[in-house]
Amino acid sequence: MSGLLPENVATLAIDFSYLLVAFLFIMGLKAMSSPVTARRGIVVAGFGMLIGTLMSFLYPGMGNFPLMLAAIAIGGGLAWWSGRIVAMTDMPQMIALYNGMGGGAAAAIAAVELLRMAAADPAAGAHHGPVVTTLAAAGAFIGSVSFSGSLIAFGKLQGLIKRSLRFKGQQTANLLITAATVALGAAIVVSGHPSMQMVVGFFALALLLGVTMTLPIGGADMPVVISLYNAFTGLAVAFEGFVLENAAMIIAGIVVGSAGTLLTQLMAKAMNRSLANVLFSNFGEGAAAATEGVSGSLKPIEPSDAGVMMAFAQKVIVIPGYGMAVAQAQHKVWELCQLLIDRGVMVRFAIHPVAGRMPGHMNVLLAEAGVPYDLIADLDEINAEFDTADVALVIGANDVVNPVARTDKSSPIYGMPILNADKAKNVLVIKRGQGAGFSGIENHLFYLDNTRMVYGDAQKVAAELIHAVKAAG
Amino acid sequence: MEGVIALYIVMLAAFTGYEIIARVPVILHTPLMSGSNFVHGIVLVGAMVALGRADTVPEQVIGFVGVVLGAGNAVGGYVVTERMLQMFKASGQKKKESA
Repeated sequence: MSGLLPENVATLAIDFSYLLVAFLFIMGLKAMSSPVTARRGIVVAGFGMLIGTLMSFLYPGMGNFPLMLAAIAIGGGLAWWSGRIVAMTDMPQMIALYNGMGGGAAAAIAAVELLRMAAADPAAGAHHGPVVTTLAAAGAFIGSVSFSGSLIAFGKLQGLIKRSLRFKGQQTANLLITAATVALGAAIVVSGHPSMQMVVGFFALALLLGVTMTLPIGGADMPVVISLYNAFTGLAVAFEGFVLENAAMIIAGIVVGSAGTLLTQLMAKAMNRSLANVLFSNFGEGAAAATEGVSGSLKPIEPSDAGVMMAFAQKVIVIPGYGMAVAQAQHKVWELCQLLIDRGVMVRFAIHPVAGRMPGHMNVLLAEAGVPYDLIADLDEINAEFDTADVALVIGANDVVNPVARTDKSSPIYGMPILNADKAKNVLVIKRGQGAGFSGIENHLFYLDNTRMVYGDAQKVAAELIHAVKAAG
Repeated sequence: MEGVIALYIVMLAAFTGYEIIARVPVILHTPLMSGSNFVHGIVLVGAMVALGRADTVPEQVIGFVGVVLGAGNAVGGYVVTERMLQMFKASGQKKKESA
């Protein structure tokens, strides 16, 4: 079997093209760190991907080209189609899905290598040295966890998996599965000639771990989880890059792994919880006691009155949350805000880092509706401004505006940075019903004297508010 | 590849990744995560090599699945990132009205 070019020419060309790929990826990601150049960034990175893929056809000693083309057409085609049609509100689960596919691909690479080791003739000497085998196994482990874990995350976000499965001793079970997977992986490395059963068992355990790890994790923790699995896939890709001696995979994988780890930390910090706490604690347990000490009552208000209140305000700060995404209310909300802006009201959007189900979820939805990004402020920028706001409009957000995070040391969310909506002169809360938030903690904001509740679906309420503002003349 | 050189690559790449994301505004967290999700789609080339060198049927099957998944990661990651970034725009003249 020989490739399309003489072997040495092909290898040299591939090596240099990968250098270019790494350069384009880094330039692309760098450009993505500013809203002005971000669009160019993805195009640059995409160009790099195209070059890398095309050049890889030149690898010496490759066959199975029809299969390869068919696989690219199937995977790429399905992803192209699904990526085009997915609604912006469903973006978190699609990103989780594509990310899981990357983890699965890394695991598949490792599987081919490990199977080849298992099938090799023991007399012929080890197929790979222990270092390479260790890296292959580590990539297989992380990639498999990322694959099955991301699929579960997809299922949960898509609403296919409704409940958060928790059972007693879950952490112990996860720990045991982890230990068993690592032990089996170590046995594969040590033996150098693993049996087929060992390899299959290893992958089965790693995939199982991804499932049991992700099942108990609830909705509001999803930004952390998605970001974590993104970092996982990056690492898995880098490890398999070592196995294949592929510099582009190593660089891209490590860059993503380190960027993803940092982003995961940022997310966890925004919830004032450690990563271990997100992964291994059952959030909401013991929160029942937090209902104590609520004084006052929930005071409902009609949308028409709420609309008038905003129409005659000077400054309105909008705080969107997951409820806005569920109701797909972002367009109506922006329509409402445009009306207010036309009346001379100053409107700002305040975004909590973990609002929604993935990092930056709310920003994407607001951008879809056409909200200019300079009207959108994050937590640090906006918190000082609540004092001067006449109305804080909370749309389907809950824990991220709960003042007990500042005041009540016994609360599970104590210490979490929140948006100080309670400092505004008036607070309007659009909420579907009277239930508590994801964490199960009563929100003291809702009981304050200056808070009024507007019950209903966010999109419907926003439409009624628009009507009210128009009628206010 | 020389082991130590590979470690250098890892270290420098890790710093690069950290530096790239350290100063990113919150507004771009989703596109950036999605963009880095696209970047690890480079796993596709590894899967292509794995499939290209597969001799037995099990290897071919797994390699095929790997390429399907890798292509899905790369293409899907690109499409959704591009779609999201397309929507971000500054307010331009509207900004003056509201300010």
